[in-house]
Amino acid sequence: MKNSTLVAIFISSIFVNNIILMRFLGLCSFFGVSNKLSSALGMSAAVFFVMNLAAIVSWVLYNFVLVPLNLVFLRIIVFILVIASLVQLVELFMKKNIPSLFKALGIYLPLITTNCAILAVAFLIVDYKFNFLQAIVFSSGTAIGYTIAIILFSSIRERLELAPLPNAVKGYGIVFITAALMSLSFMGLIGLFGF
Amino acid sequence: MKKVFEIFINGLIKENPVLIMMIGLCPFLACSTTATDAFGMGIAATFVLTCSNVIISLVRKIVVKEIRIPVFIVIIATFTTIVDYIIKAYFPALSESLGVFIPLIVVNCIILARAEAFASKNNVFLSFIDGISMGAGFFVTIVLLGMIREFLGSATLFGSKELFSNPLVIMILPPGGFLAAGVIITIVKYIENKLTKKKIKSNLPEQCEGCALKSRCMGFLSK
Repeated sequence: MKNSTLVAIFISSIFVNNIILMRFLGLCSFFGVSNKLSSALGMSAAVFFVMNLAAIVSWVLYNFVLVPLNLVFLRIIVFILVIASLVQLVELFMKKNIPSLFKALGIYLPLITTNCAILAVAFLIVDYKFNFLQAIVFSSGTAIGYTIAIILFSSIRERLELAPLPNAVKGYGIVFITAALMSLSFMGLIGLFGF
Repeated sequence: MKKVFEIFINGLIKENPVLIMMIGLCPFLACSTTATDAFGMGIAATFVLTCSNVIISLVRKIVVKEIRIPVFIVIIATFTTIVDYIIKAYFPALSESLGVFIPLIVVNCIILARAEAFASKNNVFLSFIDGISMGAGFFVTIVLLGMIREFLGSATLFGSKELFSNPLVIMILPPGGFLAAGVIITIVKYIENKLTKKKIKSNLPEQCEGCALKSRCMGFLSK
């Protein structure tokens, strides 16, 4: 993975290793906010924004602070605190300077702190030993993959609301089975770039 | 003693974190490709949940309300780091197969939810029991899913010999995880509906039995 080209990293993080359907990360928000297309759009915009920021900040911190000081064992505590405070900072900055964007994304930002997709990207970048450019490409590809999956899924769910279903399958049962079918179709792309 | 039993049943069945509350889904689906992985994940999450519940309950009177969430997160992250290094040192194979999901225990919603809803309000002993029972609820469901997926997907159980030929390989791949979880959740909902329907039925007059409209009119037409 370390020596793969940027295009390969980008495409694979969108489709082949889709963060939701192939890696099972960020499922709480995936099932939680995908009941309406508008909230899915808001959530994915917030994820795109924070995921890139978190990837940049955690890459810099890991390579220029934790590794030189021999403090790698602190990475779990450092990453989660950095992401939590970053989200707070973004929220404050947006509220003051870009109120229109804050209105659109505001309610999704606090939810992002416990979205495991964000923290997972920070860890995966460290695990794969990416350089800075690869890290940015990987995080933006992952965020686009998240967006594609959640938008497709919420469009399907809006139709499912009207479908005549047995009582037991209604709600989360059919939602999981739909996700299984979507994941099956994403699996057809395995092997695209040798991943 | 009665309260302890109540908390235990609550964690295991009534408010089962995965099947009823729908939290902690990421490790539930991702770490259940084999029963052994599921076992390891269940133990690790239970350990972090119980220890952080105890510590949070100990410090609950000192911590200022406004900064409680960062404090909880640091406590949880500390125990996650301990678990991460223990697994790396003693179970390298498990560490390899669980990968990024061990550090991700820190954002497992179950742990923060129990810290906020239970440990920050109750004494140490009850928080300890709550951690164990919620952990047991998670452990039982993830091991169940792991056993089903491993049995159907690779025809083994806890890494045993192959039990039958031509297994359904799809069950150990990502789609199989969603599918098996969907079927389990549907069965649980079916049982839940069966149990709660009896109560609704008893409220209806007797002549409503067998009427096609009874779920709509709830006995209104017979009055």
